[in-house]
Amino acid sequence: MSGTRDRRAAAAARHRLLPEGRVAGPMPWIIAIMMFLTVLAAAAGLGLGAAVRSMSADLAGRATVQIVEAGAEARDRLSARVAQALRGADGVARVEAVDPATLSDQLRPWLGEDATSGDLPIPALIDVTLTAGQADAKVDRLRRLLSGLSPKIRVEPHAAFLLPLAGLLSALGWLAAGIVLLMALATGAVVVLAARGAHDSHRGTIEVLHLMGATDVQIARLFQRRIALDAMLGSLLGFAVAACVILLLGARLIATGSELLGAVHLPWSSWVMLLALPVGGILLAMLAARWTVLRALGRAL
Amino acid sequence: MSAIVQFENVGLRYGLDSETLSDVSFSLHGGGFYFLTGASGAGKTSLLKLLYLAQRPSRGVIRLFGEDVVTLPRKRLPGFRRRIGVVFQDFRLVPHLSAYDNIALPLRVAGMEEAEVDAPVSEMLNWVGLGDRGQARPATLSGGEQQRVAIARAVIARPEILVADEPTGNVDADMASRLMTLFEALNRLGTTIVVATHDLPLIGQVAGAQMMRLDKGRLADPTGALRYPPLSQGNGG
Repeated sequence: MSGTRDRRAAAAARHRLLPEGRVAGPMPWIIAIMMFLTVLAAAAGLGLGAAVRSMSADLAGRATVQIVEAGAEARDRLSARVAQALRGADGVARVEAVDPATLSDQLRPWLGEDATSGDLPIPALIDVTLTAGQADAKVDRLRRLLSGLSPKIRVEPHAAFLLPLAGLLSALGWLAAGIVLLMALATGAVVVLAARGAHDSHRGTIEVLHLMGATDVQIARLFQRRIALDAMLGSLLGFAVAACVILLLGARLIATGSELLGAVHLPWSSWVMLLALPVGGILLAMLAARWTVLRALGRAL
Repeated sequence: MSAIVQFENVGLRYGLDSETLSDVSFSLHGGGFYFLTGASGAGKTSLLKLLYLAQRPSRGVIRLFGEDVVTLPRKRLPGFRRRIGVVFQDFRLVPHLSAYDNIALPLRVAGMEEAEVDAPVSEMLNWVGLGDRGQARPATLSGGEQQRVAIARAVIARPEILVADEPTGNVDADMASRLMTLFEALNRLGTTIVVATHDLPLIGQVAGAQMMRLDKGRLADPTGALRYPPLSQGNGG
């Protein structure tokens, strides 16, 4: 017990060597703002990354078969043959003909009531879900299989027409990662400036400590600790506010009911990575402060 | 007695100015008591700065405790500095620390256990007559009180060399006499004392003390720089 008390007293005495209070007044607030933006950017990057992965996995294994036959009866017959052929094909997990009524409902906003009049030839559609892996090769095999049935059959892999969207989401994800990196660099720069300012304003005390035989590391530890406290305060505040914003935005995304927007989500592993940001921010601030003060001390005798 | 400090042809120049110290050579022996005198601007403080390792010379050789400290790597300097106590002319007390914490600084810097800090600091506070002012900040102390704290801080770690720059400049005659008694007591315990002062009567109080006089950056008598002050000669020093 007395050993612990002694260590605490020694630590308290060491901490008093620099004046109490923040090293640089606005530091915690600046770090809070930067951490807030960093966490938001990271969450966006992780969410978009999850969406791209989910979309890629989903789209890679799906295709739509179009039966482009003008005559309704011939189209129905051909559809039935195609569906039968698909069910017997290798690499096909699921075959589901799109209900013509559903298709008409979806086309009505663009084609009006003509979509259901029967005068307008609308292709029959069959959704195909492939078994996992080698999606491109399986689609090619289906094309060869179905081309033997009729030249009026088209096979459209979903990945082909949603590829640009996945590319956009991926680009946005990388942009978010770049912003996180820039914010980390900016945080380091802010800490370096704050540490330099603190070093300058405590030059007299540092000189006295030096002349009494304090080592550079002993002095750097004082600044490191003080800046770590600032960084901890700022990082936790920034993270807490950002987490609230992310949760609110997540609730709004779910409320849209959109399958596409719903793909942008944060699994628990992403939250763990987000939680690592304030910890990383504190470590970064400590290292930047230590490096700055040691460099400044190294220039003195 | 062996030489604890050796200066050989030491010169010190600040920037592009002319040399503040030129061709300074002398030796101080362990356990000696030395006064450094000279007019204002003669270079006393600059010489002391070289001695307590706040400055490196522009030329020449300085040996402390048998080692050349001019070429010594920076990382080894703290070990040497802990063996030297300094009373600065402007005190250099840490303004946000109490008198107690200022005096405790050298012990804490040296890594002394906190439980062992209190007794010597309290004893030292009582000795300099500030037993009831331990928690006072320097700004609330008078000049004389600040100087006493500075002296207590310099001697608390029992340094091998004590360097004092005008230590009696802000204290009354009684306190000056008590300080000299403390310095002599430390000297008897083996500490080498170097005091820069204008106060010639003070020099006479210390039996056996030797004197160096600086004149315009040079030791006034390079051939035999260390002299007994007139009054102490009478005391058989």
